[in-house]
Amino acid sequence: MKNTISERVADFLKAYPPFSNLLKAQLEKLSQEVTIIYKEKDSFVFKVDESAHIQFYVVHKGAVALWNKEEKAVLDICDEGDIFGLRPLMANENYRLTAKSEEETILYAIPIEKFRPYIKENRRVADFLVESFASNTRNPYDKSNRGQLLGDSFQSKTGNSSPLLDLQLVEFSKNIESASEQTTIKTIAQRMTSKGIGAMLIEKEGLPQGILTDKDIRNKIATGDYSITAKAKNIMSSPVITYPPKLTITQAQMAMMKSNISHLVLTEDGTVNSKAVGILSKHDVMLSLGNNPAVLVKAIKRTNTVQEIKPLRNGVMNLLRGYLEQNIPMTLTSKIISELNDACIKKVVELSLAQMEEEPPVPFAWLAMGSQGRSEQLLHTDQDNALLFADVPKSKFEATRNYFLKLAQIITKSLNTIGYEYCPADMMASNPKWCNSLSGYQKMTTKWIVNPGPDEVLLSSIFFDYNRSYGDKILVSKLSQHIFNTVEEYPIFLTHLAAGALTNPSPTGFFRQFLVEQDGKHKDFFDLKLRALMPLVDAARVLILSRNVPDISNTWERYEKMAELEPNNKELFLACSYATKALLRFRTKQGLQNNDSGRYINLEQLNKEEKMKLKRTFKTIKEIQEVLNVRFMVSRIL
Amino acid sequence: MALKKEDLPAFWKNYEASIKLGQPKTISYATFVVIDTETTGFDLKNDRILSIGALRLRNGEIKAKEAFEVFLKQSTFDARTVEIHGILKKGPRNRISEIAGMEKLLVFLKNSVIVAHHVGFDVGMVNQALRRNGLPKLMNPKLDTAILFNKSLPRTKRKTNGHYSLDALCEAFEIPKTDRHTALGDAYITAIAFLQILEKLKPASLEQLLKKDRFWEFWKPA
Repeated sequence: MKNTISERVADFLKAYPPFSNLLKAQLEKLSQEVTIIYKEKDSFVFKVDESAHIQFYVVHKGAVALWNKEEKAVLDICDEGDIFGLRPLMANENYRLTAKSEEETILYAIPIEKFRPYIKENRRVADFLVESFASNTRNPYDKSNRGQLLGDSFQSKTGNSSPLLDLQLVEFSKNIESASEQTTIKTIAQRMTSKGIGAMLIEKEGLPQGILTDKDIRNKIATGDYSITAKAKNIMSSPVITYPPKLTITQAQMAMMKSNISHLVLTEDGTVNSKAVGILSKHDVMLSLGNNPAVLVKAIKRTNTVQEIKPLRNGVMNLLRGYLEQNIPMTLTSKIISELNDACIKKVVELSLAQMEEEPPVPFAWLAMGSQGRSEQLLHTDQDNALLFADVPKSKFEATRNYFLKLAQIITKSLNTIGYEYCPADMMASNPKWCNSLSGYQKMTTKWIVNPGPDEVLLSSIFFDYNRSYGDKILVSKLSQHIFNTVEEYPIFLTHLAAGALTNPSPTGFFRQFLVEQDGKHKDFFDLKLRALMPLVDAARVLILSRNVPDISNTWERYEKMAELEPNNKELFLACSYATKALLRFRTKQGLQNNDSGRYINLEQLNKEEKMKLKRTFKTIKEIQEVLNVRFMVSRIL
Repeated sequence: MALKKEDLPAFWKNYEASIKLGQPKTISYATFVVIDTETTGFDLKNDRILSIGALRLRNGEIKAKEAFEVFLKQSTFDARTVEIHGILKKGPRNRISEIAGMEKLLVFLKNSVIVAHHVGFDVGMVNQALRRNGLPKLMNPKLDTAILFNKSLPRTKRKTNGHYSLDALCEAFEIPKTDRHTALGDAYITAIAFLQILEKLKPASLEQLLKKDRFWEFWKPA
């Protein structure tokens, strides 16, 4: 029977997944089965190898640490709302970890037999558990879970199969031109002409009565059926077809097809009895439809000026927002968005070349560096780029470089016009340092690899992720080959690069509190880029360089390649690949939400689930950093 | 009128028999019942119990299912206290007679150690109800969280009258005051406070714990 205690338990549990996915009655029933357990500081809940209890635990107050087998390292700290001790119950095995209270703690113990039915019935509960087990086993790629975790697992709202356009809302004109029923056709036609519109809304007492379109004038006036002095009332189409303003493109298309009309009136509540808020034309629908990758790429290719690219970039952002909302897998999302970004850059280079008075004197390549080079730049961020041109005789070097510097200036300016900020560190091809011949770059990179100081390591970490956006392939692969050969000769460079990758401490060891910024503009914010993404990106670079694998610059693809090369570390590498994608998705979502780069996260805005996901990636970061430390003997140089 | 020994109902006889079993000496094996009553007022003679909440505590564990909660039908009623506990004489809850409530309570209590905040008042109210129904007084060992809390403080910080409100304990132990002033809600708060007090006192045995509590000395009705 339900009582004050079980109500209190239910009230607490309902705020946390997976219980938040249960119905009220289910949760009430489950709560009656709960045992409330008080644990003083440093007391055991269970120990390694102990046989599984009949119940699993949720922390109500306080904190419980999970220790590894030797009780030497804390693997996780569970605090309010965290679940632990469930996996062994599901897997029918003994505890693999020791759970010990870090402070005075109150636990809710939930009998597994009372909970099991909900796992079977409720997909969201099951998904959550898979997700949280992944955080213990660290491997969301476990075969049995495969597919469930690729995207966001909490996606059942919309289902996976809905076509992309289905969810895209139409954009419509909010400037409504309207006239009264008594207005003459002549006046209306004059206004439509001066405003450049194809339809006029006819209103009476602020409510839509009818609509008058170009077609009405053609069919009813030009044919002579009505005089040009006729009133709007005589020839308007009435009643109007109205819809609520939150209409998807598909719905709008269907509506127009169904009634064979070219304009929909959108009203506050979707009926003719509320105020009109907008008019949607067939043309608007066609434009919205244009926000699909293939159409966008075509549109980008067709542009003749840089100014025309800018609005198309906005289309790319809309597309990105839609993809994230629909939880399209990150691999696909970033591929499409990178492709579109690439198309923009290619077009910019082409347009800039056209502005030059002469053809390029020698073959060249335009390289994207940093996050763009890694195809991990989804939001607009800074431009990091370089220009590589073929070797020329010494006497011609200055003239050649001057030509390309001029070109680079045009390109970087154009990129800025379409939304790429200038790089504050001036890592741009318009800087002579980043506009060089093949042998120039070879000399520079050799210097970095042979004498790696902190600056050299930093420069390599940006430059070595280059990716060709335009130009000569052979030049680029020659440079790559040079870098790999030199690294092989001077393996100490890898140790320095690894040390560089370890300079940003992983956010672990701060389980309960995220490591937040201590001062400055972003005080108390979590720096997602520096604390979480960069360590993974840096580690991937060192690893892939050490294995001599050219041509993969994307971080998760690097990890996937590593997993292929080292089957015994497969689990960790795949976890890294997954963590990178999860973090990038996170950053992009945050960026779109707050209209910034998404780098700094306000932790208070995160929900439990998001915090859990972040925390899970931290464990992976810590492990990969340990691997680097050991493999490249970083301690040797520290 | 007190019933003659042979006329006592079976549930009382069972209760008395269980009391004789006593309690294990080790604290973690002992069963405590944490109890709270909501009443029409603070006068032991004239006021009546409106509801009793209780829960069983063993080895630091409370089972939600084993919580005890009854609402009693009473003819005496003080509109002033409604403001505190929100229980109207004819509230929507299922109400049972006082004697039925006493029977349920005794079955739940058995030989446990009773724990309450100002236990003298709650036990006193129950004893009055038992007496009205011709039954003897409760026979369980009793512990008062107000007194134990006082004992858990450093000597210099103790109060001479040992009087602390349940709210004061909530603040000391950072217990949220949700469900305050429902019998079971207050019993839960008392239980959590009791567990934390035990942690501070660290009594070696149940006997030692009971010695720390001489509640009658301190209980003076307001």
